[in-house]
Amino acid sequence: MNVMKTTDPRLHYLTPLKQTPFHPRTAAENRLNDWGPWAGYTTALSFGDTAMEHSAIRNTASVYDLCPMVKYRVTGPDAAAYLDRLTVRNASKLSVGGVHYTIWCDDAGKVIDDGTLFRLGPTDYRICCQERHLPWLLDSAIGYEVAIVEETEDVAALSLQGPCTYSVLKAAGFDVADLKPFRMRTFPFDGGEVMISRTGFTGDLGYELWTTPAHAIALWDHLFAAGAPWGIRPIGTHALDIARIEAGFIITNLDFIPVDQAVREDRARSPFELGLEWMVDFDKGHFTGRRALLKEKVNKSSKWALVGLDIDGNVSVEGSIIYQNGKTEVGTVTAACWSPSAKRNIALAQVRRPYHESGNLFVEVYALRELQYAKLMLPARVCERPFFAPPRRRTTPPAPF
Amino acid sequence: MIYDAVIVGAGHNGLVAACYLARAGLKVCVVEKNDWIGGAAVSRELYPGFTYSNCSYVASLFRPEIMRDLELPKFGLQILPYEGGAVFMENGDYLGMHRDHDANRREFARHSKRDAEAYDRYARDVLRHCRFIRPMLLRTAPDPSSFRPRDLSELAWLGKQMFGLSEAAMYDMIRFWTMSIGDFLDEYFEHPTVKAYQAVASIIGTALGPMSPGTAYVLLHHAMGDVDGNVGAWGFARGGMGSITKALKASLEAAGGEVRAGNGVEKILIRNGRAVGVALENGDEVHGKRVVSNMDVKRTFLRHVDEDELPGDFVKRVKAFKIRGSSGKLNIALDCAPTFTALPPNSPHMKGDMHFTDSIEKMERAYDDWKAGHYSADPFQDMMIPTMIDPTMTPPGKHFMSCFVQYAPPKIEGNDWTDADRDGFARACLDQIEKYAPGFKNSILHVEVRTPRELEKEVGLTEGNIFQGELTFDQLLFNRPVPGCAQYRSPIKDLWICGSSTHPGGGVMGAPGRNAASEILRDLRAPTKDMSEAYAVL
Repeated sequence: MNVMKTTDPRLHYLTPLKQTPFHPRTAAENRLNDWGPWAGYTTALSFGDTAMEHSAIRNTASVYDLCPMVKYRVTGPDAAAYLDRLTVRNASKLSVGGVHYTIWCDDAGKVIDDGTLFRLGPTDYRICCQERHLPWLLDSAIGYEVAIVEETEDVAALSLQGPCTYSVLKAAGFDVADLKPFRMRTFPFDGGEVMISRTGFTGDLGYELWTTPAHAIALWDHLFAAGAPWGIRPIGTHALDIARIEAGFIITNLDFIPVDQAVREDRARSPFELGLEWMVDFDKGHFTGRRALLKEKVNKSSKWALVGLDIDGNVSVEGSIIYQNGKTEVGTVTAACWSPSAKRNIALAQVRRPYHESGNLFVEVYALRELQYAKLMLPARVCERPFFAPPRRRTTPPAPF
Repeated sequence: MIYDAVIVGAGHNGLVAACYLARAGLKVCVVEKNDWIGGAAVSRELYPGFTYSNCSYVASLFRPEIMRDLELPKFGLQILPYEGGAVFMENGDYLGMHRDHDANRREFARHSKRDAEAYDRYARDVLRHCRFIRPMLLRTAPDPSSFRPRDLSELAWLGKQMFGLSEAAMYDMIRFWTMSIGDFLDEYFEHPTVKAYQAVASIIGTALGPMSPGTAYVLLHHAMGDVDGNVGAWGFARGGMGSITKALKASLEAAGGEVRAGNGVEKILIRNGRAVGVALENGDEVHGKRVVSNMDVKRTFLRHVDEDELPGDFVKRVKAFKIRGSSGKLNIALDCAPTFTALPPNSPHMKGDMHFTDSIEKMERAYDDWKAGHYSADPFQDMMIPTMIDPTMTPPGKHFMSCFVQYAPPKIEGNDWTDADRDGFARACLDQIEKYAPGFKNSILHVEVRTPRELEKEVGLTEGNIFQGELTFDQLLFNRPVPGCAQYRSPIKDLWICGSSTHPGGGVMGAPGRNAASEILRDLRAPTKDMSEAYAVL
């Protein structure tokens, strides 16, 4: 049966969750067998101790398996023009070797997904995102000379995050001293190549390493050998989630519902409603959703705001309802944690305008303690994101730790 | 003995109506022409040791509110959800179906990478349409020409549903209700077999092809059901579809109702413009304060009521009601499971619905034969082997195969079906299966072949139409079965209709029966405490 599994493409259903190219290593490290599905892959939720893993992100060096991230390659003479039309940011301005965070909208200006755009060459880009969009990307390409290929399985990637990651890479023989945030560089490795970008989802000093599945295990082993003196350790999704909330980053389908999946029409959100208006470039020419977004901007017709909340006390407020004056329902917490790094009780929330500016907000929490609920109404304040932003994330060259 | 209500026909809707009326304290009698009960939700043993689902063969639409109100689980009803399903392709491959999202995407990707990633948006849109229509199932359609407060408030409710939509969603809704399933699917998918699978639910029970306008809505009618809260899920009734009507009968009897099988209604008795009972074929009369017909609208009014009792315009409209037969059924007792050459060993796909029509074009060609007055030479089949997950229907190791077949016209080139026609129809179906599962024919122990002729004669469905009238937009809501007569009442006082000819239509849903009971109880100002509110769609 095992032989058939690997040779017969029809039998994919026997293993509906695929293993990433790093699975032999992550499986060996996953002491508690704590796995969860992510985009069709088996991924580690934790390797045994979420608090220690989060500590690695903030204090040493952490490694997260990024392979399930959906990836599309956009190539061709019109690649830049196509991405200018597809996304709200200016993709032409992104220089070769650069990366930017971006979003794309439908005609009504509602967000379909967010992701990172890598410019690998003058006519060669890669989109990394959470959800799948092939029909939308292909339909948007009508009239452009571009080729769009889904390449999720062709790339193996690790996210190396934490204050010691520069030192780890140096010890591993990768000189990234002058690599600035949102830049990338390619190095020869294991008879192939590894591309290293100074990017991440933690708001800390960190890098993402991209190679092909054939070199995945060698890359893992090489990093862990080089990083041993700094206490490098693999982390699961739970630890990363705390770090990304501290950094104020949102996740599609957790902090907002992508418009193309929203069964209830009113769940769709515009960039203004997600705090992403800063990236919308109205001056670059037409792009999908521009007309609707301009109208929303002029009419100030946004209905929602995505905000950071600072909450009294230390009880985490996942999924809570937000009230004004303790009685009017004005929104929902989409992500929350007690932040070990900032020592604050923090949350991301969708709040109905204009209550995001009203003050006097409360968060209703049902804290389960030994089978009884403590019902709390905690004062909350809208505050700046990120909640935690160490200067080391941008310092170039990074300081050695 | 004068009953409070005499129900004509022990199909699922007649029994559902009877159960609710009996629970409200009415004296109820159900009369049934066959020696067995069930109508089109029936299980009979036609070959020793084998229980068939002789007509309807899968459950999904049956309203969970009804199962709960009538305590059907207590009376033995079990719905087994099934997985799998496949379309066998001309090129020797197949397209399989999976409940697991990732497995389904990978299976689609074997055939089209684009379609693999198109499914989410498609599913969202179909679910949006379902959410719009579902709350209407357990409500009586308002009469738009009436000024009664209730009609006005129901119309206002309907309007609010409609105007609660964005402009874009409203356009989509109107297009969806009127367009062909082929055109609808073209907006999402590129692969012919992916489209052919999705189109299946749009043509079943409908005398239209996948390229006919109006078929997209029929898809919805099949997609809006659920099994145990899983929207869109389908299941088998354990022990065959007859288990549903058996549980209903037990529930009815526990509530003090009666069922008299074995004698059909000859005539609905009308005195001074009011229905007062029925005369049976054996000359017996069963008297009641009202008569509730589970028969289709044509059979009820054109065959069992004197035409001079009815307004001419009503008769004209009933005659014009579209109830064209489009399908037949093969029920097969098998000595062993078939081996489909396309499927891997131990394939889970055999637990679900299997098809041999791998493109919309092929499906439309099958419909072309119907238009010409023939059964399809290369038919569309919805084939299931319920014994893959329900071993109670056959002896161990044996199987029951249910083949729903389209298309089969009510008449062959204008003439009645002959036995030779029926045999030819069966041969076309069996040959098709044999092509994909060599040796299958050798394992056949018995076949029950049901053309529209048999469906009409045995089940009582006019022209053999399984939905008691087609589910096209012109025959829905306040136009079902005929305008001005959509609230389960008829032009004759105390004569009610409760079958699938009424809103919201066919399928083993039970909603028409419950809605009719609700109207009758309202008319009597009787309490409806045993009728729970329709579940809210959040």
